[in-house]
Amino acid sequence: MSANLLALWYLAASVLFILALKGLSSPVSARRGNLFGMIGMAIAVLVTLAVTRNVTLILIAGAIGGMTGAFVARRVQMTQMPELVAAMHSMVGMAAVLIAVAVVNNPASFGVLDPMPRGNRLELFIGSFVGAITFSGSVIAFGKLAGLGKKFRLFSSAPVTFKGQHPLNLVLAIVMIGFGVAFFLSADKGWVPFIVMAAIAFVLGVLIIIPIGGADMPVVISMLNSYSGWAAAGIGFSLNNSMLIIAGSLVGSSGAILSYIMCKAMNRSFFSVILGGFGAAEGAAAAGAIDKTVRSGSAEDAAFLLANAESVVIVPGYGLAVARAQHAVKEMAQKLIAKGVNVRYAIHPVAGRMPGHMNVLLAEAEVPYDQVFEMEDINGELGATDIVLVLGANDVVNPLAHTPGSPIHGMPIIEAHKARTVLVNKRSMAAGYAGLDNPLFYMDKTMMVFGDAKKVVEDMVKAIE
Amino acid sequence: MTGTVDPTVINLVVFVLAVFVGYHVIWNVTPALHTPLMSVTNAISSVIIVGAILAAGPSEVDFGSIVGAVAVGLAAVNVFGGFLVTQRMLEMFRKKAPRVENAVENAAEKEQG
Repeated sequence: MSANLLALWYLAASVLFILALKGLSSPVSARRGNLFGMIGMAIAVLVTLAVTRNVTLILIAGAIGGMTGAFVARRVQMTQMPELVAAMHSMVGMAAVLIAVAVVNNPASFGVLDPMPRGNRLELFIGSFVGAITFSGSVIAFGKLAGLGKKFRLFSSAPVTFKGQHPLNLVLAIVMIGFGVAFFLSADKGWVPFIVMAAIAFVLGVLIIIPIGGADMPVVISMLNSYSGWAAAGIGFSLNNSMLIIAGSLVGSSGAILSYIMCKAMNRSFFSVILGGFGAAEGAAAAGAIDKTVRSGSAEDAAFLLANAESVVIVPGYGLAVARAQHAVKEMAQKLIAKGVNVRYAIHPVAGRMPGHMNVLLAEAEVPYDQVFEMEDINGELGATDIVLVLGANDVVNPLAHTPGSPIHGMPIIEAHKARTVLVNKRSMAAGYAGLDNPLFYMDKTMMVFGDAKKVVEDMVKAIE
Repeated sequence: MTGTVDPTVINLVVFVLAVFVGYHVIWNVTPALHTPLMSVTNAISSVIIVGAILAAGPSEVDFGSIVGAVAVGLAAVNVFGGFLVTQRMLEMFRKKAPRVENAVENAAEKEQG
């Protein structure tokens, strides 16, 4: 196959990747989009296999990896999606580093001159250090998400901080770039500066992620998503492969946009998340004394109110998913709908542990997606809603977000306090991630229903007849 | 100005245009599908497997090709894992499930009535 024909096949694959992402603009077109993505990938792999040797070796390696991936994809629980995604980011990062090693070892097999020209060296440097940071950072993120903190302190979901952390990171970054320059200038293959540079990048990946707390994980996953894309693009530059550049840039910008959306939804600046430790400090300072009265009621009381309402909006939080109550909620919603109640769901962007996580958890429970609304789309209607039912959510409905001077001032919230009646299910009065008290719980129109979300909702289902 | 354009410059052109396309396409993704977006982008970025295949494919098996083969394995985890888990999630967003249940319920009601 000529190089031109190969490039044209790669172009076709690139277009298919763009169509795959475009499909995600609606749940209806999304499955077709995913199919486009698969076809694009198949084209890319097959035409590359046609121009290479050692096909047996490649097929064996691919089969082992592919079977592992397929197995995990089938088995993974939807609540574990953040861990899976973090693990997959680390694969891309490591693959980028390994490819860079192979390029340094033998540039000619990639059609790159030997010794490598400086331009390619620069690109390879960028691709491999971003890949290395993506790998080790994702491993730490995976550990934090999978709750391995009890075994290894490095994976603690609480921020791991120490004195001089930021200066150390800065020094390491400068030293890493220094070795990158040495690699750039070296006349031979430049193994020594390359290896030192990659080793420092691995360490940096760990150091960048450990100070970030569990609550900020949606940002971290999105950010690592972005990095994995830039790593792929960097490798594409050094191999002069447009398809890799295009695919990498799509993924890089996707992750960057998701990071931006998550930061905005959590009212954090990107830098305060990256620099870490923000949540812990602010929360401790802001938690005030609680001596106000709370009106609480039983699940049966709540069920009575719900069954007699005209419109109900359910606000699910991650507490709901932790209690595995999604199916019970869907059952309750169906019963209410059968009674003629207008039931909808309101999703805050950070309701789960990664962007869009709550939507997937509800979809898994077979909640029809046309009952599920994004925060901006439903906030305007909450004033005319009879009952807002808050299940396992806290900060995302905290009206303090509208109070100037509060630590979460400016954070977009689901305006549950505007509804005629608010029902809140929580296990206890404990504060949320932000460590803040929530005035919503003390309003006259609010009734608290304490208990495990699944138990409470199941009791409600029984009581609605 | 004479001479040919450096490949790096062409790469840069492709890169900038692709970032633009990415920016506009991604903002159109519905927030409800942000998790599938992340898993499918994972699968797409594993097109890096192409580089790994080239790394594994020099004429004889040596250090570089072993490293490449390992990279092929890692990227293949994502290729299959990424697309399949995305498909699994998107199946959940199908509309047919509630309709079937409604139909069953309606049938039951008719029988009772």
